[in-house]
Amino acid sequence: MSKIRKLTKEERKKEIVKVACRLFAERGYYNTTIPDIAEELGMSVGNLYNYFRSKEELAKYIMQYSSKLLGEEIHKINQQDIPTKEKIYKIVRKFFEIGQEQPELIEYFLRVFLSNREVFEEGCEGFLCVQEVVTELMLFLEEGARKGDFRQQDFFPAFVTLMGPLGGMVFLQGENVLPKEPVEYSQELAENIWRALKAD
Amino acid sequence: MKNLLWIQGLSCNGNTQSLLNAENPYFYELFQKVELLYHPSFSYRENLQTVLKRIDSDKLKVNFLVVEGAVTSDMKFHRTGNYTIAQILQKLKDKVDYIIAAGNCASFGNIPATLSCNPDVTGLQFRFTQKGGLFPSDFKTKSGYPIINIPGCPMHPAWFTQTIIALLEGRKIVLDSFNRPKELFMYLSHDGCIRNEYFEWKVEGEEFGHKEGCLFYNLGCRGPMTHAPCNKILWNGISSKTRAGMPCIGCTEFDFPLRRNYFETKKNIGIPEEVPLGVTKRAYLTITGVAKTFKNERLNKKLEETD
Repeated sequence: MSKIRKLTKEERKKEIVKVACRLFAERGYYNTTIPDIAEELGMSVGNLYNYFRSKEELAKYIMQYSSKLLGEEIHKINQQDIPTKEKIYKIVRKFFEIGQEQPELIEYFLRVFLSNREVFEEGCEGFLCVQEVVTELMLFLEEGARKGDFRQQDFFPAFVTLMGPLGGMVFLQGENVLPKEPVEYSQELAENIWRALKAD
Repeated sequence: MKNLLWIQGLSCNGNTQSLLNAENPYFYELFQKVELLYHPSFSYRENLQTVLKRIDSDKLKVNFLVVEGAVTSDMKFHRTGNYTIAQILQKLKDKVDYIIAAGNCASFGNIPATLSCNPDVTGLQFRFTQKGGLFPSDFKTKSGYPIINIPGCPMHPAWFTQTIIALLEGRKIVLDSFNRPKELFMYLSHDGCIRNEYFEWKVEGEEFGHKEGCLFYNLGCRGPMTHAPCNKILWNGISSKTRAGMPCIGCTEFDFPLRRNYFETKKNIGIPEEVPLGVTKRAYLTITGVAKTFKNERLNKKLEETD
C-alpha cells in the first residue's frame, strides 16, 4: 500500500485554491488561465475541470472558501465567554494570523476580488460569497451593543470601523511599507477599534 | 343545559365587548347552547350575590366559570359586595367544572399587574412568565384541566366560542405550556399575514397603514414571535392588525405589557435583538443577508403600480 494517502476531494480543492490564489494575485485574473493553474499544480487540465467547471467558478469558490475559513474562526471567538474588548483583540489577531499563514488569500482579496468586480457580479453580488464573515460580525456587534459595551449606531459604520483597519493594514503590508508584521500591531489596532466602538 | 358564570376582576370590559362581536356562533347563539347564569354587563334580573349563595349552598352547579380581568385580594383595588375577586374565586374553584381566563389580564395579569403600588395583582394561574398566580401551578378544576387561558387584549370572540363549544361537545383540548388551547395558539400571528412576501424578501415598511412592506424590521411587529391565530381567524371576519398596516403588539403573550416602545423594533447596531421563533440569530441573519442581496421588483413598487 502506498504510504502517501490519497488526498480527498476537499483537500485537493484546498490545494487548487492555494495555487490559483497565488497565480491570480501575481499575474492578474485575466492573465491566468486554467491550463496555467493545472500546470503549476502538476495536474491535467481535464482533471482540474473535474473540480471547477470554469475559471469564474473557481474565482468565486476562493471567496467562499476564505469567508468560511475566517467565519468559522470568528464563530469560535463569538462563542467564548470573554469580555467584548478581548474578543476584538482575538478577531484582529486571528485575521492577521490567517493572513500570515495563507498570504495568498489576502492578496487574492485585494488584487482580484476588489479589482475585478465584474467577475463576481453574478453569484457573488452583495455579501453572498462572504456571508459567513458578515453574519458572524453582525452577531458580534449585536451582542456587544446588547450588553451595553458598544455604542448604538447603524450596522455599516460599525462594520467598517471594525474591518476597515484590518484591510488597511494588509494593504500596507502588500505595499511593503510596514516595518513589522501586521500581527504585531494587533494590540494597538484592537485598542483603536475598541475605543471607536465602545459606549461612552 | 350546561351553564356559564362570568365574573370580572380588574378589567376594562374589553373581552366582553369583543364577545359581543362573535360570529358563527353569534353571541345569542352561544347562549342558546349554554345557559348564562350571570354576566355583570348583561344580567339585570340576577344578582351575583344571590348566584354565589346558591352555588355556595350547592343548590346550583356551575359548569363554566369565566373570569375577565386580573385578580387581587386587596379590597382597595377590587370588591364585589363584601368580597374581593380572590375570595370569590377561592369559594368557587372546587365547585366548577372549568375555569376559563378570558383575555390577557385574567391569563397573565397584563397591565393591572404592572401596578407597582399593588404587587398582589396577578393572573389566575400565571403572573407574566411566573407560574402560579392566585392559584398554584398544579391547580386543576374538577374537569382535570388547569385554568384554560384565552389571552389577547382583547381575546378574539371566536377563540372563546370555539373553546366553549369544544368543551360542550366533550372534545379534549390540548394546552400549550402557558395553558392556551394549542389548536388556536400553535399559530403565530405572522402565519397567514399577507405581508409575508415582504418579510421573505426583506422589503421593510417605513410607515403605518400602507399596504406594502413588512412591519417587523422597523415598526416593532411581534408577528413572528407571537402565538395567536390573528391572520387565520380574522377580526370582524375581515382583517387583522398586520393586514391593515398596524404591527402586531404581541397581546396574547405573557410578557405583553412588560415591553417598551411598541412601535419600534429593538435593534443593536442595526441588528434586531429578537429574531423569529424557531430560527437562531445566525440563521436569520444569514438568510436576511441573502434576501437583501436580491431585489424582487414587484415588491419594491406600490401594489397599484405592479403588473
